Amino acid sequence: MPTVNPQTSVLEAIIAKRKREVLEEWLREMVGSTRRNDLMKESELQRQCSDILDSLAVATANGGAMDSTAYDSIREKLTEISRSRAAQGFTARETATFIFSIKRPLFNAIRAELSNDPGAVATEMWTATELIDGLGLYTTDAFIKSREETIRRQQEEMLELSTPVIKLWEGILALPLIGTLDSARTQVVMESLLESIVQTNSQVAIIDITGVPTVDTVVAQHLLKTVTAARLMGADCIISGVRPQIAQTIVHLGINLLDVTTKATLADAFILAIKRAGFTFVRQQKKEVKHED
Amino acid sequence: MDEKIPILRMGEFLLVTIQVDMHDRLAMTLQDDLTNRISKTGAKGVLIDISSLEIVDSFIGRMLANIASMSRVLDADTVVVGMQPAVAITLVELGMSLPGVRTALNVDAGMALLRKSLEANEEAEYGRRF
Repeated sequence: MPTVNPQTSVLEAIIAKRKREVLEEWLREMVGSTRRNDLMKESELQRQCSDILDSLAVATANGGAMDSTAYDSIREKLTEISRSRAAQGFTARETATFIFSIKRPLFNAIRAELSNDPGAVATEMWTATELIDGLGLYTTDAFIKSREETIRRQQEEMLELSTPVIKLWEGILALPLIGTLDSARTQVVMESLLESIVQTNSQVAIIDITGVPTVDTVVAQHLLKTVTAARLMGADCIISGVRPQIAQTIVHLGINLLDVTTKATLADAFILAIKRAGFTFVRQQKKEVKHED
Repeated sequence: MDEKIPILRMGEFLLVTIQVDMHDRLAMTLQDDLTNRISKTGAKGVLIDISSLEIVDSFIGRMLANIASMSRVLDADTVVVGMQPAVAITLVELGMSLPGVRTALNVDAGMALLRKSLEANEEAEYGRRF
């Protein structure tokens, strides 16, 4: 049997005894501050509050620090609540205030219970404050973590979405790049382009950078690497859509793009690729068209 | 030591298909065998198919470049064909862009490339114009 912390077990007794009272007061408390009827149903809120009080009673009964196993259940609950609130559109402040707003009802309960012993009231209040502050901070942490998870997931999705390799013609691939290029993205771009070259057996790949706002040394280096890797595999690379600003930057940075074929637009690059693949374009005479009709 | 990479003769060209993991001694043996075969057969071109090669290091990369240079001295063009994306990325990251080595997607394309350059060479040598 672990040694029971007398202070927290008093708190547990109070919570267990006056749960209904505290719960009601807590719900009333939130009406003024953090209740968002537009985001959440009342019954759900009531269930959450009741759950938290139950877990809090369990946690305080066993005592110990915030990171002890006794607090596992309440930590789990708070994480779940933070996640659902992040998804529902609550702000971080609202989520934290939700936990902090338990203070007043809990303090009232402590005061009512220990009205004969002012010293004990002070001690219990300090314990409760410490506990709830800890829980509030934990909730904020969990809230931020779940938000970050969302951001990371979206980033990954964007990474996949943003690198389509398009087949323009028999043996000609195009890779229109849009947005800022960083190392991770360029790696994905490089790999998907090279894989597509193998799959489609393409001799020419056009990298269009019309949608790339800026090119710095790192990005240029990555582009050169991609071009070199494609050449090693036996495919030619053409870079198209170099904007005047980028051309100036590249020259000022002293990056050598002499070995790389560059074209102003994707159309120019495509014509060159068609020529290299041995095709020719012929515009039909108007007369002949009429004749055919 | 008994392990050897076969060198096949296809008309004027030699075809080397690397289907095992290259280790250093095997690479040296190949270099030796290939140069001997080129001078013996008077081949005009060499195709090195590395489509089954999945792992490279700087030594193998350098060996490819060396073989290309040696064949050129012996009057044979070298085309490396079928390099895997992972291999290409590795070589580039190692800083080996193999500037003197010609490449093609597959044996077919490599053969076409060799024929074309052979014709071009002949034209240049005999001063013919089409």
